[in-house]
Amino acid sequence: MIKTDVVIVGAGPTGLFCAHQLGIIGLKCEIVDNLDKIGGQCIELYPDKPIYDIPAVPECTGEELANNLLEQIKPFNFNFHLNDRVQELKKENDNWIVKTTNEKEFHAPNVVIAGGVGSFEPRKFPTKSAEKFDGTSVLYSIKDKSIFKDKSVAIFGGGDSALDWAIELSNTSKVSLIHRRDEFRGAPVNVQKIKELSEKKIINLFTKYSIKDVIGNGSLEEVEIKSEDGESKIIKADYVLGFFGLIMQLGPIAEWGLNLDKKTIPVNTENFETNKKGIFAIGDICSYPGKLKLILSGFHEGALAARGCFKYARPNEKYRFEFTTASNTIKDRLGVK
Amino acid sequence: MAKIKYIEHNGKEHEVEVQNGLTVMEGAVQNDIPGIDADCGGSMSCATCHVYVKEDWYNKLPKKEMGEDDMLDQAYEPNSNSRLSCQIMVSDDLDGLSVYMPEKQV
Repeated sequence: MIKTDVVIVGAGPTGLFCAHQLGIIGLKCEIVDNLDKIGGQCIELYPDKPIYDIPAVPECTGEELANNLLEQIKPFNFNFHLNDRVQELKKENDNWIVKTTNEKEFHAPNVVIAGGVGSFEPRKFPTKSAEKFDGTSVLYSIKDKSIFKDKSVAIFGGGDSALDWAIELSNTSKVSLIHRRDEFRGAPVNVQKIKELSEKKIINLFTKYSIKDVIGNGSLEEVEIKSEDGESKIIKADYVLGFFGLIMQLGPIAEWGLNLDKKTIPVNTENFETNKKGIFAIGDICSYPGKLKLILSGFHEGALAARGCFKYARPNEKYRFEFTTASNTIKDRLGVK
Repeated sequence: MAKIKYIEHNGKEHEVEVQNGLTVMEGAVQNDIPGIDADCGGSMSCATCHVYVKEDWYNKLPKKEMGEDDMLDQAYEPNSNSRLSCQIMVSDDLDGLSVYMPEKQV
């Protein structure tokens, strides 16, 4: 169990800057994110796309922004808990008990939800029959590639994840690669390699096909694929892998008893607190009259939410506003002279 | 200005006038038409504003730009009539366009 002042849900730009503001006012926090890297949508959706509306930064990419924010909070040594998702929030006296999928437990008087549009989850097959094999022989990520040795593997998708794995697994497995069109969005070198492997009949390539059904009694045996004009084929498969990118889902946040408006959490604009005491929401996930889904708005929201957290984290102290240019206390916290 | 018909998967129709210069996605979101999520806000990064456009109109629309098909690979049940509605810019020429929503976006 970890005791802290604030748990931040989401390591996107808004969550990172809120952490900075908490550090500045002398509070501690722990940051949890479902992705395996820091930066949220900036890093997952558009690492290379230029952003032009960060104040005083004429142009930067999503990746640069995330890296700079990370640099800015370095002095505070906050802990990140990546590849983990906050599952449950429960109130106990003055603390929120925060439990994650990896069974971590935090006790904190404040939780700041900076969850964007929710957590990134792999997009799954639309076929109902795939559900019963989900996690056993229908997979959306690979943890241990040795399970595929000498097996038949049907891989769906046209991006680099699908192509990389098709190439890699073709060394030791019988691979079929299925994609809905005959162009691939993967790197040219991967696409070239796939074509070669297909010509040498090392992998079976099916383009302009998508999944229709997965078939198997107990264990998975076959996968049925269909073309757009309705023609179908059966492929032998011990495993079916789908690589269709990530989607954003609100997930467990919807079950924490917070007021919700569509996929957003209404807050007051004084401190960005939700209808629950000590739970704040900032960034794309919060809503209020006039809300703009801009990174700069998220920064402002994070700064005010941090002050809101102070009240519950230090109930016997009075918050004192200070400038970073003038305050020696802040300079100490930042480790500068 | 163009009159655009948004048809939900269950067949329910919504006909609205959308200003030139907005996207078909924005026309839906601004008029609270269900079935188009547009999680990323129109930056072609999420495939949750996916619609189907019948051939006659599909061929009349400005062609897809680079990247749209890559995103559509990640949509729910895409086919050869699929478009991302955030990439269809409304103009007078689109008057009478119908778009069909998929069963769901995610």
